[in-house]
Amino acid sequence: MSDIVRFQGDGAALLRRLRDRARVTELLRAFFRDRGFLEVETPIVVSSPGVEVHLAALETSVSRRRMYLTTSPEFHMKRLIAAGAGAIFQATRAFRDGEAGGRHNPEFGMVEWYRTGVDYGAIMDDCEALLAHLARGLLGSSVAPEVPGLRPAVDLSPPWPRVTFREAFARAGEGDPAALATDDRTLVLAERVEPLVGTTRGEFLIEYPADAASLGRLKPSDPTVAERFEAYAGGLELANGFSELTDADAYVARCEADLAERRRLGLPGYPVDARYVSMLREGLPPCAGVALGLDRVVMLLTGAASIRDVMAFPIDLA
Amino acid sequence: MYETSEIRKGLKIKVDGDPWIVVDFEFVKPGKGTAFTRVRIKNLKTGRALDRTYKTGERLEPANFEERPCQYLYSDGEHAYFMDRQNYEQIAVGSAALGEQARFLTENMDVSVLIYEGEPLSVELPTFIVAQVTYSEPGKKGDTATGATKMATVSTGAQVQVPLFVNEGDWLKIDTRNGSYVERAKK
Repeated sequence: MSDIVRFQGDGAALLRRLRDRARVTELLRAFFRDRGFLEVETPIVVSSPGVEVHLAALETSVSRRRMYLTTSPEFHMKRLIAAGAGAIFQATRAFRDGEAGGRHNPEFGMVEWYRTGVDYGAIMDDCEALLAHLARGLLGSSVAPEVPGLRPAVDLSPPWPRVTFREAFARAGEGDPAALATDDRTLVLAERVEPLVGTTRGEFLIEYPADAASLGRLKPSDPTVAERFEAYAGGLELANGFSELTDADAYVARCEADLAERRRLGLPGYPVDARYVSMLREGLPPCAGVALGLDRVVMLLTGAASIRDVMAFPIDLA
Repeated sequence: MYETSEIRKGLKIKVDGDPWIVVDFEFVKPGKGTAFTRVRIKNLKTGRALDRTYKTGERLEPANFEERPCQYLYSDGEHAYFMDRQNYEQIAVGSAALGEQARFLTENMDVSVLIYEGEPLSVELPTFIVAQVTYSEPGKKGDTATGATKMATVSTGAQVQVPLFVNEGDWLKIDTRNGSYVERAKK
């Protein structure tokens, strides 16, 4: 095959994975359709990319006005929920600058869905059911293949164990995560804790420390932790979800803290989305949702070692 | 100084005074926290491998090398001697720095000698060399099992696994990176 595309490497293997990728998106649409979700679309070019400290947005302009490529469709999807859309999903693209490597590409596929009137437990149920559904549909089995030297075969059949952040640190022989400064905790998480989460079967890491709540609400019975989860399988971090924060004042306070931290680190400031804040003030019904990395799901199900193996045009060939 | 975003395979960095080469790296960003680059590096003096994690924004000190085109002259067992082709200076390289590749050196071979802080650190040979078989057991008649090999000694002194049809006096193309037989060559 020619260099016009990039298939100078193992073109046949890449094409096989691209076919599997197409099959995965068909299967996931069927999964959500059968459960009564409405497929929606939200903009790629947005006025605010969110102010999370460790996200770098790509900038663009529209009629000379500065705009951004979305880092996550969550803000617009929650505005749709506030408008009464009910259970919604979409498979879209998100953009994050500086994120490139074997598991990251600055432009990537994201599957995001929300339900109203539930907490994050129901979304974890969806998550494990979806992964098992995709594996059975693609592979005829709920076990994702081994990648020799990189990851073992992974059992995706529900239910997946749900381990709290604190328990996961203890399991890794580490002390109380609440006692560590945020950056040190992130390093311990990356080096010692994550490698033990979701290795040979799917697993959820739940109840993140309150200062890592992101857009999750604090647990009503224990406000030192947030109702936030991440899904892991075969050592891959696949998804991040919450019981959504619906309190406008708490949201504004978190944005201000994030922006202060961005200033302290010398990172560019981003505008807070005023329409999102007004939406919260008018009332976002209790809801929960998740963002699932589509490329990583395809990597897991096709036994790919690198994100490059599941996309025809990674950033250096884009 | 290098930024963490410049980390790539083959990058040479200085850690605790020693030169290291990046053999693998992975961008990690757990739980929406700070991003890190996890790096596997190999010490260019000792060959020891090590994993290190750099926080985004940390800086890495470059290890500065000078690559000098040289010609191989001779060895005395302890050192191999090379001549710098630009200034005709003679450079002695210890056997530790030469490593496994020493067995493929042939007189007048063009190589690069890598100098780190005034000391020769390693020698880069051409990827492929052609050498003559000086000794090999004759292949047994009728033994045609595919993939079967035997040992052969070549003119540089190296021992190479070769297919059974290779005979004494044959010229062979050899890959110096792993010492493997590539094909029979015409001399």
